[in-house]
Amino acid sequence: MSDSEVAVHNPALRHHFAEVEQQRNASSLGMWLFLVTEVMFFGGMFCAYLVYRTAHFGDFAAASSTLDLKLGTINTAVLILSSLTVVMAVWAAQTGKQKALVMYLLLTIVLGLAFLGVKGVEYAEKFEKHHVPGPTFHFAGAIPGHPDHPADPRHAEMFFSLYFVMTGMHAVHMIIGIGLFAFLAFKASRGAYTPAYFTPIENAGLYWHFVDIIWIYLFPLLYLIDRHK
Amino acid sequence: MATTAVTPERANYLNAEYGVKSWLLTVDHKRIALLYLLSVTLFFFLGGFFALLIRLELLTPAGDLMQADTYNKVFTMHGIIMVFFFLIPVVPAVLGNFLMPIMIGAKDLAFPRINLLSWYLYVIGGLLILHCMLTGGVDTGWTFYPPFSTSFSNTKVVEAGLAVFVSGFSSILTGLNFIVTVHRMRAPGMTWDRLPLFVWANYATSIVMILGTPVVAITIVLVALERTLHLGIFDPKLGGDPLLFQHLFWFYSHPAVYIMILPSMGVISELITCFSRKRVFGYKFVALSSVAIAVLGFLVWAHHMFVAGMSLYAGLIFSFLSFFVAVPSAIKVFNWTATLYKGSISFTTPMLYAFGFLGLFTMGGLTGLFLAALGVDVHVTDTYFIVAHFHYIMVGGVLMGYLGGMHFWWPKISGRMYPEFWGKLSALIVFLGFNLTFFPQFILGYMGMPRRYWQYPPEFQILNVLSTAGASVLAVGYLLPMIYFVWSMRYGKPAPDNPWNAAGLEWMTSSPPPTYNFDETPVVTWEAYNYEELNKKEEVPVER
Amino acid sequence: MFNNFPLWPERASSLAPGVDALYIFLVILSGFMSVLIFAFVLFFAAKYRRRPGVLAEQIEGSNALELTWSIIPMFVFLAIFVWGAALYYKMRTPPRDATEVYVVAKQWMWKFEHAEGQREINELHVPVGQNVKMIMTSQDVIHSFFVPAFRVKQDVLPGRYTITWFKATKPGTYHLFCAEYCGSQHSGMIGWIDVMEPAQYQAWLSGGTAIPAAQAGQQLFASLGCVTCHRADTQGRGPNLVGVAGKPVLLEDGRTVTADDEYIRESILNPGAKIVAGFKPIMPTFQGMVTEEQLNELVAYVKSLNQTPLNQIPKPTSVTQNNSAPSGAPQMQVQ
Repeated sequence: MSDSEVAVHNPALRHHFAEVEQQRNASSLGMWLFLVTEVMFFGGMFCAYLVYRTAHFGDFAAASSTLDLKLGTINTAVLILSSLTVVMAVWAAQTGKQKALVMYLLLTIVLGLAFLGVKGVEYAEKFEKHHVPGPTFHFAGAIPGHPDHPADPRHAEMFFSLYFVMTGMHAVHMIIGIGLFAFLAFKASRGAYTPAYFTPIENAGLYWHFVDIIWIYLFPLLYLIDRHK
Repeated sequence: MATTAVTPERANYLNAEYGVKSWLLTVDHKRIALLYLLSVTLFFFLGGFFALLIRLELLTPAGDLMQADTYNKVFTMHGIIMVFFFLIPVVPAVLGNFLMPIMIGAKDLAFPRINLLSWYLYVIGGLLILHCMLTGGVDTGWTFYPPFSTSFSNTKVVEAGLAVFVSGFSSILTGLNFIVTVHRMRAPGMTWDRLPLFVWANYATSIVMILGTPVVAITIVLVALERTLHLGIFDPKLGGDPLLFQHLFWFYSHPAVYIMILPSMGVISELITCFSRKRVFGYKFVALSSVAIAVLGFLVWAHHMFVAGMSLYAGLIFSFLSFFVAVPSAIKVFNWTATLYKGSISFTTPMLYAFGFLGLFTMGGLTGLFLAALGVDVHVTDTYFIVAHFHYIMVGGVLMGYLGGMHFWWPKISGRMYPEFWGKLSALIVFLGFNLTFFPQFILGYMGMPRRYWQYPPEFQILNVLSTAGASVLAVGYLLPMIYFVWSMRYGKPAPDNPWNAAGLEWMTSSPPPTYNFDETPVVTWEAYNYEELNKKEEVPVER
Repeated sequence: MFNNFPLWPERASSLAPGVDALYIFLVILSGFMSVLIFAFVLFFAAKYRRRPGVLAEQIEGSNALELTWSIIPMFVFLAIFVWGAALYYKMRTPPRDATEVYVVAKQWMWKFEHAEGQREINELHVPVGQNVKMIMTSQDVIHSFFVPAFRVKQDVLPGRYTITWFKATKPGTYHLFCAEYCGSQHSGMIGWIDVMEPAQYQAWLSGGTAIPAAQAGQQLFASLGCVTCHRADTQGRGPNLVGVAGKPVLLEDGRTVTADDEYIRESILNPGAKIVAGFKPIMPTFQGMVTEEQLNELVAYVKSLNQTPLNQIPKPTSVTQNNSAPSGAPQMQVQ
């Protein structure tokens, strides 16, 4: 991870490693382990979400149906696209195309910011509709498929609590990722990465894919409850 | 800091550089280990101070030394500091940090700068908890159970939670560093079945650290958000379930017990082999039992919740699984005992601590059976029985292992010998004081005294007085080593490279080791605990 | 025998001897194991202490031994598990003939209400030899109902019922502790259980002029207007509640649940959660409109309807079809 982003070629080899290969393997194993901890971190939230969704399915569906499906879908597409640009960035680093590398990194940043922008629009809408948990919370939807059965607003509030926590944590990870790419783009523009040494690009890419995958789970879980009704 | 530096002629990690900056910005795992040593010792004595306050309050049935609210804050601080700022980091971050790379023949951990970051995170967490303590404290108990912690307590829950959260990341990064180091940094010839058992134990610990800690981190974040932003995750008023918190919390906090005890078990394996001059009995079983404990440890969390309102069947399943985690612990105890058989045993201070560990851990482990047995658990859970049980494991076990290890490796760490007589005396005092403090609490618990009580009915007084008396003996036992360790840094005899004629790569480099541990990378051609060869070398000059 | 220095609390319930038996077995077993291990350690330490010229004998290990000391403890553990589980099962399954006491815990007191209507605070009178079931809930944080003399402990949670039971076997006064940390005066949340001879208990019961819980519940049932929908015939807009308690109920979504205390409680506070088949989700929630005590009385009333002669409704599903539910309506899944 960050320990190996120092310099090029042999100078990139830090004193305590015997060879470049060992250093690369260590970094990538470290990154994977870090992602394991991230999985456990989000796992706690997913666990809480699944427990409550099972217990209060109808109310969760009602609350979920107020989310903007169109914006959610656009965001999913944006993120998947950004994963592609990351892959391209890694490829560019691998093949020594420095300009392309910088461009793909910048593109990824733009897509990440676009995602956050859309998310911001969605959050703003929640404030307008009083769907933000707290004293001003108000919810008056009906359970999908049962127009005469109002959803329990307390459970809807819980849905929005989980919605904000999960998407909020995801957004925090996005912001960290964007910061990381900005730093890497800066370094890349000064020629820090070569086909012989591009571990930081590779690891940041892994991280970005992970953030992407979390969204791939969040999207159906939060946006697509009982939509067919 | 500068006093740590001795003045031998050889260049070593202590005299390589001088000045505060050379310590605070060091990436040398040995120096970082010393930074940890300093900070965990500080927290240990702070936590110990709170323990003494608790024992003093409980000397009499009435709550007379302090207010109820103060008492609640004191035991909460004792718990948080001892668990998160002492027991969890102590052996891995001090001894593990110092020894893991040397034991596998590496120059450093895989990520030295992340290692330093871990220490800074620990310090930030520590400062947060100190700030929280000084500006009002927190009174939820170290377990942070909602809805008390989320909606009722009016103390600084969020700040305490943040402190635990930050220090949790310190532990995650340490675990990550260790795993990568063991996988990728082993010296030529250092195969998995030649690893010292201390390395195996820390490896297993690291797995628990990286899998468990993130879960408690997010759980605490949820509590903090519920408190500050009034989200409703665990609040029964919004249809939330406080039991969900307990499940998430114990999913980490039960395995956390293994984070504490496994490294100490590793230390004991090193001590017993060295001072019996023998290879360990059943190397594979001892090594793999560490991994088995780490894995099984994740399947038993809800045995903390048998009376919490879980379903009957959940209780049955978790009780069943809990008995299984006892098996690998038993295997270890039996193997250590068998290692003594036909050995050549010397009674040095570290060995006395190892004997003490065997005694206390055996009793702590066996009383665990009482708690795994559902019918008895209902009566003794949340009483002093449980307090006694986990102190036998976490203090009896972990601290005996830690102090034993500190004495064993002190010559390597400081380059000086500690005074043997005082060492033996302190081992004895700790053992006796410990039993006097905590054994009465088993009886107290079965009698029905609930834990976290500020005042109690008078019939419990005799046992409480005994316990308090023991605690003061124990305090002396813990203060002694600190005094003579500091003393020995200046006045101790200079230590040879291998004062115990012990096996292991750490004894093949100088005392204290040079900055990159070895002058040239060692190539390992022998099994772990090759005492057969070492014994021959030693015996040649004596007779025969 | 240990009058001045007791090693266990008094045995005053039918469960206590069983718990003590397992406890004593465990004490003996772990005592034996400790002594065995310590004896080996001390014996080896003395016999094989370091002597000049005597080398340690290197032993690799023994798979046979390892298996022996893994498998034998495993079977011993299994036996302990079964023994402990049997006790636990007994503790968690209240006998059917138990009289019921409603318990409301709050920071920092215990409030009791007997089925006969007597209310008590921090003190509970029960007769010897009678099974008593505690139906408990908390008004604020988590508490725990712990009577050492009965070997009984159960956490008390806000927002739901937890249940425990005991049969006192010995008259006397016993401690009731709160065993789950609950705030400032946690250690002051101590009450007493007064176990009385049945005759004395009867005298105590008739001492007051309390209204039985079910009767109080009936009054509430009328004053809150429940009775307009939950009628004792098939014409009501809500299910007929006569004979429902304790029976399986078919829900709108096809599931069947047992109408236990918890279900009745949930139906009052969160009516939309489990809709009875054939009914519409029209009942308003009574969350915040009734206190925990009133809730308990309502539950007691609904349960008391089982004993009325009106109980003619056949079969488990118990609830008659409501006229307002159009048959074949797409009301598949209400939660």
